[in-house]
Amino acid sequence: MKARVHITLKKGVLDPQGKAIAHALASLGFAGVGDVRQGKYIELDVGGADEAKARAEVTAMCEKLLANTVIENYTVDIAK
Amino acid sequence: MKSAVIVFPGSNCDRDVADALHAATGKPPVMAWHRDAGIPEVDLIVLPGGFSYGDYLRCGAMAAHSPVMREVSARAKKGVAVLGICNGFQILTEAQLLPEALLPNSNLQFICREVGLKVEAAKGAFTSHYQEGQTIRVPIAHRDGNYFADDATLDALEDSGHVAFRYCDDKGAVTQAANPNGSARNIAGVFNDRGNVLGLMPHPERAFDPATGRTDGRAMFDALIEALN
Repeated sequence: MKARVHITLKKGVLDPQGKAIAHALASLGFAGVGDVRQGKYIELDVGGADEAKARAEVTAMCEKLLANTVIENYTVDIAK
Repeated sequence: MKSAVIVFPGSNCDRDVADALHAATGKPPVMAWHRDAGIPEVDLIVLPGGFSYGDYLRCGAMAAHSPVMREVSARAKKGVAVLGICNGFQILTEAQLLPEALLPNSNLQFICREVGLKVEAAKGAFTSHYQEGQTIRVPIAHRDGNYFADDATLDALEDSGHVAFRYCDDKGAVTQAANPNGSARNIAGVFNDRGNVLGLMPHPERAFDPATGRTDGRAMFDALIEALN
């Protein structure tokens, strides 16, 4: 199974890279872009066929290493 | 005072801080490799600056889970003094031995220069040789030194006297203009609750030997020797 993890900065956490992207888009003429927030995408191959178990395992990985929950949120998608 | 410096792949200030410790104490520190499960009995453990594990994932994230950090964490909880400088500070926050997190600098640039620091708390093993409110000048060299915490946490840190240093101008004024990296409330260094763990982004070991400029960092080593001998 594949696990797809999206990691984003929590609301209220400064995102200077997102700001720089917004400025660059504006300078390229893309009007109407408001706030830009950037994050990380991690794809993992996980063994087994039990989706719930895989989700629990990847969630534990996020809590322990993949995300810093002080500043980041994460979502886990499991695809067969 | 016996000391140990933890060396991770990508540490690059381990020799600088080892030289400072050697000069200050008269004996070389133990250099402990990141795969070591044990550290000899020491009075001070230093996590040096650098780019441990190439800053992969997040600065300090990989190092925080290396085998040696389990031992560092256990010693810190027993009350052993632990000093994290620059990348060492990032590792200590990722290991949850210090509160909150360090984000990329607000200008997204690596900043390498001398900054002014106001000593907020002159107490305990690390800062007792400074005066409260004293202004010192120490170099910084980092890309991710933007200290972040929410307002309630910042209030709690301030109320409990856990802010060790703030960025300030030449006159000691803590201003936005004197904040190099966007850190919340200009915070450059913090203590843990017990006061035996200090993390700071500036490099006191680079302000130690007159041959390389100022010696404002030396008082931290002198304070440690007095407290831990």
